[in-house]
Amino acid sequence: MQHLYELLVSPFVDFAFMRRALVGCLALALGSGPIGLFLVMRRMSLMGDAMSHAVLPGAAVGFMLAGLSLPAMSLGGFFAGVLVAALSGLATRYAGVKEDASFAGFYLLSLSIGVLLVSRSGNNVDLMHILFGSVLAVDDAALLLVAIVATITLVALSVIYRPLLLESLDPVFLRSVGARGGIWHMAFLMLVVLNLVAGFQALGTLMAVGLMMLPAITARLWSDSVEGMLAVAVGVAFASGLGGLLLSYHFELPSGPAIILLAGLVYIVSLLFAPVGGALPRYIRARHLES
Amino acid sequence: MRLALDNVTVSYQRHPAVHHVSGGFAMGEATAIFGPNGAGKSTLLKAMVGALKPDQGKVTMEGMSRKDIAYLPQQSEIDRSLPVTVLELVATGLWHQSGPFGKLGRPGMGRALDALEQVGLADFAPRTIAALSSGQFQRVLFARILLQDARVILLDEPFNAMDAKTTHDLLQLVKRWQQEGRTVIAVLHDEEQVRQYFPHTLLLAREVVAWGDTRNVLTVDKLRRAVETAAHWQARAPICQTEGVEA
Repeated sequence: MQHLYELLVSPFVDFAFMRRALVGCLALALGSGPIGLFLVMRRMSLMGDAMSHAVLPGAAVGFMLAGLSLPAMSLGGFFAGVLVAALSGLATRYAGVKEDASFAGFYLLSLSIGVLLVSRSGNNVDLMHILFGSVLAVDDAALLLVAIVATITLVALSVIYRPLLLESLDPVFLRSVGARGGIWHMAFLMLVVLNLVAGFQALGTLMAVGLMMLPAITARLWSDSVEGMLAVAVGVAFASGLGGLLLSYHFELPSGPAIILLAGLVYIVSLLFAPVGGALPRYIRARHLES
Repeated sequence: MRLALDNVTVSYQRHPAVHHVSGGFAMGEATAIFGPNGAGKSTLLKAMVGALKPDQGKVTMEGMSRKDIAYLPQQSEIDRSLPVTVLELVATGLWHQSGPFGKLGRPGMGRALDALEQVGLADFAPRTIAALSSGQFQRVLFARILLQDARVILLDEPFNAMDAKTTHDLLQLVKRWQQEGRTVIAVLHDEEQVRQYFPHTLLLAREVVAWGDTRNVLTVDKLRRAVETAAHWQARAPICQTEGVEA
């Protein structure tokens, strides 16, 4: 018992930075989990990845102007992400390019600008910090940002839930009742960017998308209702955060990759055993019902 | 109340799917939009519900608003992989009452369940839409139309790939809507269905071949002309010189 306490609880009791990291992971799970689920349901799983690269030049400009300042880098990242989303949306609407292709075009452009800016103005350590973050270095300001973003996300998603779902489900019907699907889509993309920006201090631009997507993809394997998937996505994201922090603490591993690796392992196990979409339950033939 | 098309043209990459379509629909009656594949029937319907913007011309609605129009899309337009239940899909028919944010509540869900009952699928309410056959799913979409309770009903290929029983049951609903004085406009492929259930027909082949009483429209000559016109396509067609056509 004492051993279990030391393994699972005492790191958080003894160290404030671990407690802050844990609360940060909970807030990230609450915001990013549902956002990731909507990305998966809208067949935009790779869009999160694209957007995570797209925020880089904004974060870099923030860094050039104010150094490793959270507000400056967050604001910069947010504007860069929204700009890429808006330009991609405009390209899709007014030119003959599909949305995934236009996102690919703009995020690659954005990424190259970001890497150029960072390499001109900082050193490799700075670049590594922006790309990979450090959840153990989350301070009060970063925690507040993550918590605010999670709150905004949950409130906004509950408000736009119905039109957003209908826009994915039956877009022509939505237009036939006079509703404009594009507004909800854009609002949703802004939430995606917000969550990536919130995550990049803790996990870095590259890893933030992992906590968004892996639990969401896993959730689809465990449930066939939106409510069930939301619960699984948030639960897996938080459990990965908790487990990743403990792994990082006990084995002196970098925290961001440890968290995402754990989420990835949960995904692999779910691929095999999850009751709704797992491979094995599909092969084990349960006795069928009467109707 | 008037629903009319005024020189409506919709094109894809400058090639018209429909062009210079003008005319008014008979209100309170049933009109079939009939024509060969590639005639622009579904495109015209989408332009009428505002899902496609005409390059030229306009759709005129007088004495009615969006609330008065219900639209049945083709099943291929709907993403059935989403984890949505049958009841939730039918309840989207209450959009005009609830708006994007309003609560549907118990009365709304009760009405959705009544609509499902009318198409014989009340027991399927909690199932996900992915689990339905295409015939069952079509009944669900008809239940949504029932819930919308609109004066004008637009149906895009409503009986495609349906078995005889489903087609018969859904045609009875169409008949009922006519008796209730609603305007039904349906894109159809089955000539016999058109002759039997739709007193008016718009024969389309990118342009209007004929529009009026079904018996006068579905003649051998006009049907042949429709097939020939729809089949005619040139990669380097000259620029259309037609400015407009009188209704």
